[in-house]
Amino acid sequence: MARLNLVLILVALACALSVVSANHRARKMFSELESSQKRMRDLEVEFGQLQLEQSTLAAHVRVEKAAREKLGMRSPAPGQIISVDTVQGN
Amino acid sequence: MKPKSIKFSRSPLLSERLPPWRQRLVLVVLLGAFVALIARSLYLQAFNNEFLGDKGRARFERVIDISATRGRITDRHGDVLAVSTPVRSIWAIPEDVQLAPSQARSLAALLEMDVRDVNRKLGAERDFVYVKRQLSPELADRISALKFPGIHQKNEYRRYYPSGEVMAHMLGFTGIEDAGQEGIELAFNSQLSGKAGSRRVIKDRRGNVVEDVESIHPPLEGKDIALALDSKVQYLAYSHLKQAIEENRAKAGGVVVLDARTGEILALANLPTYNPNNRERLIGAQLRNRALTDSFEPGSTLKPFTAALALEKGKVRFDTPIQTAPGKMTIGSATISDAHAHGMLTVAQVIQKSSNIGAAKLALSMTPQEMWTMFDSLGFGAPLKLGFPGEVGGRLRPAKSWKPIEQATMAYGHGISVTLIQLAHAYQAFARDGDLVPISLARMDALPPSGKQVFSPQTAREVRAMLEMAVQPGGTAPKAQIAGYRVAGKTGTAHKIEGGSYANKYVASFVGFAPASDPRLIVAVMIDEPSNGKHFGGDVAAPVFARVMAGSLRTLGVAPDAPLQPLVMTSAEPVREEM
Repeated sequence: MARLNLVLILVALACALSVVSANHRARKMFSELESSQKRMRDLEVEFGQLQLEQSTLAAHVRVEKAAREKLGMRSPAPGQIISVDTVQGN
Repeated sequence: MKPKSIKFSRSPLLSERLPPWRQRLVLVVLLGAFVALIARSLYLQAFNNEFLGDKGRARFERVIDISATRGRITDRHGDVLAVSTPVRSIWAIPEDVQLAPSQARSLAALLEMDVRDVNRKLGAERDFVYVKRQLSPELADRISALKFPGIHQKNEYRRYYPSGEVMAHMLGFTGIEDAGQEGIELAFNSQLSGKAGSRRVIKDRRGNVVEDVESIHPPLEGKDIALALDSKVQYLAYSHLKQAIEENRAKAGGVVVLDARTGEILALANLPTYNPNNRERLIGAQLRNRALTDSFEPGSTLKPFTAALALEKGKVRFDTPIQTAPGKMTIGSATISDAHAHGMLTVAQVIQKSSNIGAAKLALSMTPQEMWTMFDSLGFGAPLKLGFPGEVGGRLRPAKSWKPIEQATMAYGHGISVTLIQLAHAYQAFARDGDLVPISLARMDALPPSGKQVFSPQTAREVRAMLEMAVQPGGTAPKAQIAGYRVAGKTGTAHKIEGGSYANKYVASFVGFAPASDPRLIVAVMIDEPSNGKHFGGDVAAPVFARVMAGSLRTLGVAPDAPLQPLVMTSAEPVREEM
């Protein structure tokens, strides 16, 4: 009887300790999840800002100015354009 | 001396007999106390456990708000036109603020504000003040690191418009509370705006979230909206309009580009405009989305509709001759005239040369009700209901009140007023095979089914041919020609009404489409009060049309339908249209 009780006490102790460690692991993983989610939000914000920056840099006013002034580009004269038919399905 | 030993068991007190009830009394009292304790704990734990439970939860549970971002607005290719990024606002409860003078100074320096302004705001007799709104997160972090007592921060969003003034009227803007106030931002506000959510969590002593308890409302993110707008076409429209306004020293102007196949708005530009990112010192004239909110008498751009109706009703054929000599015509007590008498013209030439007399004669062969029904089915007189704020429908009076002179002038676009977008919409009837599809602000992924039939396909094709003549040498708008494409369109030049009578100010317009063999784009241009010597639609508006159309067709990769040869302008000056 005494031996059975001892075994049961040990089993109960092991259970209690595993509950503690499981809880601890759960909290650790939760905080990881939280920080990942925060990172996700931060990255989304950064994505928005980068998109904004991209649109600002790729603004047509800026591109046209650069093309005309820095690169010396111009629209081709009508005679310089050759139109080609695209082959279907390529 | 030996101490006297006392044996407790022999204490004299014990020898005294105590009454037995005392023992029982103590027993009962102690037992009663235990019962009371057990009962109380049972009561607290099992029957009335809410109060303490609440107190406990209040110490470690917190409700956090989860903010939702407003959706982005993109053009049809996904280029971002409007995006929200987080900013922070600094707020305080004036009563709680205890700032040392040096702290107030450093706060003011960080906020780039005058220290007196800061002190005035913090000393205000109010429960809540914003010290400064919409700061960058970096600056806000520096402020929060200094831990000013009583100064708090709040997360907010600010909307940015990278394309600035180019698309200002189309996009509109949001107010400081992130709600749409103008343009698309208002028209699509319910879809764009998200709904903040909240969740309950457990926090530890240091304020870290350690456990999720429940999500109270999940946040609802705002939806992204893809507009029909093509940012390249929009830029072309804006920059060429701007150039024309400067060249002609005009007061205002507008351009609308529609996709003839789908009814999508590819571009909509107005001048004067504003920068939506910096809206200080805005005046009403800059804010007006003229293409939608200002109606004007369109003038000759309505003539093709008159001709189309006459063809449709079988009153004339495209080659029926009409006598327009001697260039004057009296109806009732009023006289209408052509500035240049043309003599005998065919119906097609009436459109090509833009003869008022010819158009009036065509109109008078029909009943007012027939004309009214046509104008009504073209969408004149009622707003197109795009959802834009301030959209107007122009003026189309009921047919019963028309006098013959009014019916005659309406044939060439006077006594009726329309907006630029209505005009572009109505020209679908010629660019398509006589039907109208609704105008769409948002990108459409499929071709719309054929729309409301106004004219027969045969009539539409005949008028299209007449409109092609108008831009060729001998027409009113050779300057609307484009190398490589067949173009069709009509000029309009109208006197403006001021105080009830026609003033010596003009509205020059041009509406047309290309390629004429299979129309893809409709471009409508309106220039208000050109005052640099030229005021005819063929001189002022047609070149804008040509530049915008040529650039847009090239951008969209539309195959040319005419030989690519340099344009030959036989006569530099267009035929003068009538007003």
